[in-house]
Amino acid sequence: MESKPQAAKLPKSRFENFKRVMQPRIKEIRFIFKRIRESPLSIAGLILVSYNLIIALFAPVLAPPKLYNPYLIPRDPELGFKIDPSPPSPTHPFGTTRLSIDLYYGCIWGTRFAFQIGLEIIGATLVIGLVLGMLAGYYGGLIDEIIMRFTDIILAFPGLILAMAFVATLSRAGWNTLDAALLSIILIGWPGYVRLIRGEVLRVKTEDYIEAAKASGATDLRIMLRHILPNSIYSLIVVVTLDFGGIVLTAAALSFLGLGAPPGYADWGKLIYDSISYAGQGFKYWWVYTVPGIFIVLFVLGWNLLGDALRDVLDPLYRRK
Amino acid sequence: MGLREYIIRRLILLIPVMLGVVILIFVISQLIPPTARVALFVSENPKQMKPEVVQYYIHYYGLDQPVWVQFYEWLKQVMQGNFGYSENFQEVVLDGLIKRAPATMEIVIYTAPLILLIGIWMGVNSAVRRDKPFDHFSRVLSILGTSLPSFFFGVVLSAIFIAQLRWVSSGRLSYLLGGQYYSMLKDGTWHVYTGLLTVDSLLNGKLNYFVDAIVHLILPVTVLVFIQTATMVRVTRSSMLEALSKQYIVAARAKGLSQREVIYKHARRNALIPVVTIAGLIVGGMMTGLVITETVFGFPGLGNWAASAAQHFDFPVVIAYAIFSAVVFVLANLIVDVLYAYIDPRIRLG
Repeated sequence: MESKPQAAKLPKSRFENFKRVMQPRIKEIRFIFKRIRESPLSIAGLILVSYNLIIALFAPVLAPPKLYNPYLIPRDPELGFKIDPSPPSPTHPFGTTRLSIDLYYGCIWGTRFAFQIGLEIIGATLVIGLVLGMLAGYYGGLIDEIIMRFTDIILAFPGLILAMAFVATLSRAGWNTLDAALLSIILIGWPGYVRLIRGEVLRVKTEDYIEAAKASGATDLRIMLRHILPNSIYSLIVVVTLDFGGIVLTAAALSFLGLGAPPGYADWGKLIYDSISYAGQGFKYWWVYTVPGIFIVLFVLGWNLLGDALRDVLDPLYRRK
Repeated sequence: MGLREYIIRRLILLIPVMLGVVILIFVISQLIPPTARVALFVSENPKQMKPEVVQYYIHYYGLDQPVWVQFYEWLKQVMQGNFGYSENFQEVVLDGLIKRAPATMEIVIYTAPLILLIGIWMGVNSAVRRDKPFDHFSRVLSILGTSLPSFFFGVVLSAIFIAQLRWVSSGRLSYLLGGQYYSMLKDGTWHVYTGLLTVDSLLNGKLNYFVDAIVHLILPVTVLVFIQTATMVRVTRSSMLEALSKQYIVAARAKGLSQREVIYKHARRNALIPVVTIAGLIVGGMMTGLVITETVFGFPGLGNWAASAAQHFDFPVVIAYAIFSAVVFVLANLIVDVLYAYIDPRIRLG
């Protein structure tokens, strides 16, 4: 950044001070948006993610809930709780699936549910990853060794299979499958974040400004939160974005195996699980698997495209050619 | 450090990981009450046992003992290959595993080479033709591969080709040949050499079975390849791009070598070294993918077995499959690391 001589003078107001401090960041954000605008795939990703976000936010308006728990799909008594699916009609724009469960309601609230589980799981894994990763990277030695051996153990399993074993065992022990599924995805997800954050800490730790901060008497916590974290935030954003779709996909895969949301829940994986037997009848009930499937694909595609775009923009290896 | 020392060192490092794997599984299984946990030890259905017998086994296998004794007893059984009894399949878990392994093996031996060949070919070509139509095409395809859930893709394919067009049936063989196959197995006219239908059918001289088995492999292999190749393409592409920007490529070009020689002899060879490392990752992805794919296409392999057991909370099977896949995954990664060290001496010397 080129610094003008007057920038060094004391600013007049707090707002101007704020503007002066934030200027490099605003410039950075402008640069990011400029790069995103230049790539059609990034725009597609941004549009898909915002489209999903709007559906999730306005779910109560788009499909007013009728039951106490809005994630339970109401069944249509006018269809007489018919077992076989009914095709799309004015009252059920996407048709119904098994037991007259409305697909429109299920997919709309399924989007909200996907965001909910995605945020819950990302939040939990991120907190675990940040705490353990920083401890391991910053202090090294025995703490590092112990934490990293734990990640080795979890990473020795193919993720979904450990999750499956975990959910099946917990359910047998009397747990609710949905809670068990969420917990299992956190269990298989945290080691990746610990490794990432540890790597970032190790990369940043030897920089001169950390030495400077130490020399000026900053506490460990302050160094971690004010110096190391901001410098690793971009790679974190990229990984979280790329992971969001993957996490929802894993949850849907567990539901598809019958290990996630309970019956009648607005969950895409569950809706596809319910439709397997109808897929065995060919195109006769085409909507029962196509509609929730398209919702999942658009959701995951959006996050993957956005994550890819952000990686191109934010990753120091690729950016500013 | 020589290659042999490197291998020995890696093998020793495996011990704590494998021990950790079984401890983790053990901790999870502790949530289940002892009367149900007996299923991890016995070789008959504990639900049909008299309560005294269950109590006897609880005592016999030390389930009323302190945790470390329990762990030791269980580990002893696991080392002997005893994973208990499956209530869902009404059989000893190890028998079930051995019985279903060939079906899964059959998918894997056709999927793995395809992933390698297609992945490397697409990755190299999209790096060479960077930002050209082929690159965009392969990029879109690999994003689709990571975004399309295998269960949705599988369900749609099975609805089209199995249910609607009726070109194939689910399972390993069509109904007619499948029935004949089982009767031939019983009267001994079909000799089992490997358990792989595509190999055994040729060795038994039954070409129609070979064709039928191949046809039934097309859909599951397609789904697995489509989903798994994406990672391969991505890694190969970026590794190839890096190799192409190296000084030795400039030197090779300056020497007057043809574009073909520069790409295939100089760049690709170096670009493929890091690609080896993700082969382990692909193995893990395939084991996960098999659970979904086999379930969707009713393929009687290990993945289907584990998924159906999980649905019935049949934990001995799921636990056995988790340990089995961890062992396979860890060994695959070991082989990959050794291969990597063999190809690239910088790794073991550094």
